[in-house]
Formats: sequence, C-alpha cells, structure tokens
Amino acid sequence: MSSELIYLKNITKSFDGQTVLDDLTLYIKENEFLTLLGPSGCGKTTTLRIIGGFEEPDKGVVLFDGKDITALPPNKRQLNTVFQKYALFTHMTIAENIAFGLKIKGKTKSYIDDKIKYALKLVNLDGYENRMPSTLSGGQQQRIAIARAIVNEPKVLLLDEPLGALDLKLRQDMQYELIRLKNELGITFVYVTHDQEEALTMSDTIVVMNQGYIQQIGSPEKIYNEPENAFVADFIGDSNIVDGLMIQDELVEIFGTRFACVDKGFGNNKPVDVVIRPEDVELVDPDKGQLTGTVTHLIFKGVHYEMEVTTPNGYEWLVHSTTCFPVGIEVGITVKPFNIQIMNKPASEDEEAVHVEE
Amino acid sequence: MSKNKTKLMLGLPYYFWSAAFVILPLFMVVYYGITDKNGALTFNNIASIAKPEHIKSLWLAIELSIVSTVICFLMAYPLAMILVKYGKGRSSVLVMLFILPMWMNFLLRTMAWQTLLENNGVINAILKFLRLPLIHIINTPGAIVFGMVYNFLPFMVLPLYNSLAKIDENVINAARDLGANNVQTFFKITLPLTIPGIMSGITMVFVPALTTFVISNLLGGAKILLIGNVIEQEFSQTNNWHLGSGLSLVLMIFIVISMIISAIFDKDGEGSLL
Repeated sequence: MSSELIYLKNITKSFDGQTVLDDLTLYIKENEFLTLLGPSGCGKTTTLRIIGGFEEPDKGVVLFDGKDITALPPNKRQLNTVFQKYALFTHMTIAENIAFGLKIKGKTKSYIDDKIKYALKLVNLDGYENRMPSTLSGGQQQRIAIARAIVNEPKVLLLDEPLGALDLKLRQDMQYELIRLKNELGITFVYVTHDQEEALTMSDTIVVMNQGYIQQIGSPEKIYNEPENAFVADFIGDSNIVDGLMIQDELVEIFGTRFACVDKGFGNNKPVDVVIRPEDVELVDPDKGQLTGTVTHLIFKGVHYEMEVTTPNGYEWLVHSTTCFPVGIEVGITVKPFNIQIMNKPASEDEEAVHVEE
Repeated sequence: MSKNKTKLMLGLPYYFWSAAFVILPLFMVVYYGITDKNGALTFNNIASIAKPEHIKSLWLAIELSIVSTVICFLMAYPLAMILVKYGKGRSSVLVMLFILPMWMNFLLRTMAWQTLLENNGVINAILKFLRLPLIHIINTPGAIVFGMVYNFLPFMVLPLYNSLAKIDENVINAARDLGANNVQTFFKITLPLTIPGIMSGITMVFVPALTTFVISNLLGGAKILLIGNVIEQEFSQTNNWHLGSGLSLVLMIFIVISMIISAIFDKDGEGSLL
C-alpha cells in the first residue's frame, strides 16, 4: 500500500544486554500525526531514533517508501528531527541556524533567503533573523528548531518530546501551533511524548508503548474509550480498574451487583478487569444506586469536583462530577452500560506488557 | 557585627596574601625594571630587549612556544574527543591518567627525559640493541619542543575536554539530521563550539612555554638561550636585577595580551578547572 510511508518490521534493540524494543512492528501512514506514547524507558525515543537513523536496530528492517533504509546514516534520510531541548547551534544566528541544512545541500542564496523568511513567518517569528538563540525564550527556541527542520521539506518530521521543557500554558499554545503546522505543511509527524493529554489533543493515531512492546494502536477516542488492557487504561487518564465477573454477554458482576454493559465475546462466568472513567461514575441518592458508598474525600478542581467514594468492600472509587457531595454523606453509584469497558485479565504479570498487534 | 564587616574579616587573610605575595613582588619587579643601579629612573632596561642577543632569545622562545602549542593542540584535540566519546565512567579514569603525571614534580619529569634522550641515554641504548639508527636530539631546539609538549599537553587536553563534553549530543545529531556529513559537522559545529576551550588551552600552553627556562636548561643544554634563560641568568649569575626585571616586564606584555585574548573567548571558564 502506497500510503504506508514508514514500515518498521520486527525491530529489536538492546543496550548493554537490556532489551529496549522487542520485535516491534509498526506502520506509519503518509500525512498522519502519529504519537508514540508511554512512560520513560518504554522504548518510544529509541523507536524515533531508529527512524531518524541515530540508532541501528539489532534485528529488523526499516522501510521508507518501500526502500530499506536500515543502515542509511541520518544525513542521507528524507526526514528531519526536532530534538528535545531544541539543540540549536548556539554559535550561529537564527538565520544561519535555519539555513544550515539548505547550505549543506548547496541551494542558492536567494532560495535560502526566501525559505528563511517563509519559515520564520510560519512559526510566527518574523524579523528574528539576526538574533542569537540564547536571546530567545524556550518557546521561541523550539519554534526555531521546528523552522530549521521544515525548511528542508522533509517527508516526515520527527519530534522528540519537543514541548517537554516548556511551561503548561506555552505547551498548550504550542500544541495548537503544531496541529496548524501539520495541516499547513501536509507532511507526516511522528511525535514522542509521555504526556497523555498532549497525545490525545494532537494525534490522528496513538501508539501506546510499555517495556518495549506496543500496547495498543488507535485513534485518541478509541484509546481513551476502549483501552485494550489495564496498562493503557491506567496510563491514559484516570480510571477505576476493578475486578469483575463476566456473567454472560452484555452482563458483568461488580462487587456482587450486576451491571448491564455492551461488551461481548468474553465467555460466561469469566473473571475480567472492568474500566470505568471517573467522569462516567454517576452519583445518585443511595436508594437509586446500583452500589452504595460513602464520600471519603473531596477536592475542588475548577471544572469539576474530584471525589473518592468508598464502597463497603473498601474500594475507593474516583469520581469526577460537577455536583458536590460533601465528605461523610452516603451516595448511590450508577454507571451507564456503554461507559463500562471490559478487558481480559492479564494471565501473568508479564502480560501487563502484552504484545498487541493491529 | 554587620554582614559587610564579616565579609571583610573573612577576606582579610586573602587580601594580606595578595598584597604580600602578588602585588608587592610585582611592584618590586616594576621598580627594578625602571631604575638603574643608583636608583635613578631609566628605560634602558626595558629598551635593552632590542639588543640583538635579547631579540634573538625572545624570538626563539616565541617560535618554540608557538610550535609546541600547535603540536599540543593537534595532539590534544583528537585525544579530548576520544575521552568525551568513550563512556562517562571510563573516561574519568582516562582523564585521571592524563592528570596523574602532573602530580609528579615537574623538574623530576624533565630530568627524566634528559636521561632518556641523552646520546648515551636509555632510548639510544634500546635503539642500539635493536640495531636501529640512533637519535641525536638532546641539546637541540627539538628537545626543548619535546619537553614543552610533554609537560604542557595536559593543560591543553583539559580545557578542550571540558568544552567538548559540554556540547549536547543532540546538537551533533541535529547537524547530521540536517544533512551534514561527519567532516562538515566537525568543522561547522564541533570546532566553532569549542573555541573557548581552544583559546584557554592555547593560553595555558603558550604562556608557560614562553617563560620557561627549566626545560631549555635541562633539554637544551644551556646552549640554547630562550628569553626565560636570559632573565634567569640576569638574576642568578650576572646579578643584574634591573636588566632582568626590565626584560620580565617586556615578557609580561606578551602574557597579558594572550590572557586578554583567552578571557574574551573563554567566558564560561573552560580553563578554570585547572
């Protein structure tokens, strides 16, 4: 298929005997915003560095547009990287930084000048040509790093936690900026982050990774609403993960109470994990609830209240609600069927890092 | 006691030290340099640098110092790159190996080379045993350069190591990513980014090399007079402190100039580790 721009096939990589990537296979489609998401040490940055050519896999093949580029050095690849902490050339002006790649390729001066103007306009920093990188703020330096990469017209832009060093407000602004850039340039973005909110906001496709394995691949909605295992559910947003018993299709028992749900195909009387997002736990009068519990904790978060409701068996439910229930009060809990997500129990502890293939 | 007073009290020993052992001797050199034996003001001592034998010594000293500095730089740069590249844990042992000889007495090390390089020395004995052509390097400018390079190489390696270690690996990766090959990356990125280290390394080799008289005494056989030897002789043999001080002042100008150049480039203090 021509739309598969990058194809990582059975990639294995270890450092000092420690396996970082284990038989990883991944497609990246043309023009998609793909995010590699996971905790530190999950192998996401190594994956990016293998695509960029800064690491060579021990085993496996990297195909770019159908051609094998596994052993190709970074300067021969049609992609550019935006590094963590910007990695600008501090001894050069902004214009010289942006011109670096073009000068190496031997472009004419007028072409380079046009490109610098265009790129600075694109990242909203016109007129910064003669400044030195050290006089710019973190956010501005990051934009220059992006400008320096995109003037080379790469087919793919690799971004390694580019917003990690910025403060929250700036990070949110830059997220919109990146989405706009991606749409304007019409190129493929491969983005690495450990920030699940960032991933949900910007991506077309999210690849959740843990311990060198891909946990789940899917759209942000799919990853959030239908996590395939406990790791994904726990990593993407807050969630209540409780033990359940699948009585039959579309019926699950939680803490002795039967809940209607929409999942099927798990078998009858089978132990499962049940994921319920805190905003999907509805608090009602005790006599109207499917379960009852006591509010044991209450914090005002601005948009909503965050509460903990302890059920008689001792489980603390995390609840997000715009209605406030004071600590000590008895409440009922209900959950709508489509808000209950059923997952297979991991067969062993290793299975929390189960290899899921799309 | 006010804070300022405490500060002053704490600084007192150092002020005393500077006054007694830095400023006072400096004034004495200046005083001797601009007076004659009767204590009358004169610029003859300084002007005597223009005498052919002094100019010759100064020029030879500058020449040999420049050659030594260049050799040190060419040897130290690849070495510093290797030290930075090969692992953080291992490189500290490697760095140690280069600092270690500096813990031994400078005179002792130079005298050791005298014994090694002599016409009937250890090296020639080995060469003779192996039936290889003998070397006649002792008492030549070549031996002096050799001694300078040997003694001052660590002073070049350390500032270069410091400034190379400071370069973010991703800056190098970025240059490669933007299409530069290894050679282009070195000349456009690595080398310019280490200019502060290069400048302080050059100063730290050039200044002691320019003023040395021990190395030239021991390895040059007192036949080759550098400006340092001339000054030393004025103090220790001819007992003309006025002339010695006057020549020292001239030499000081060269040192101050190279210090200023180094300070301009090395704002981050790469050489300050020493």
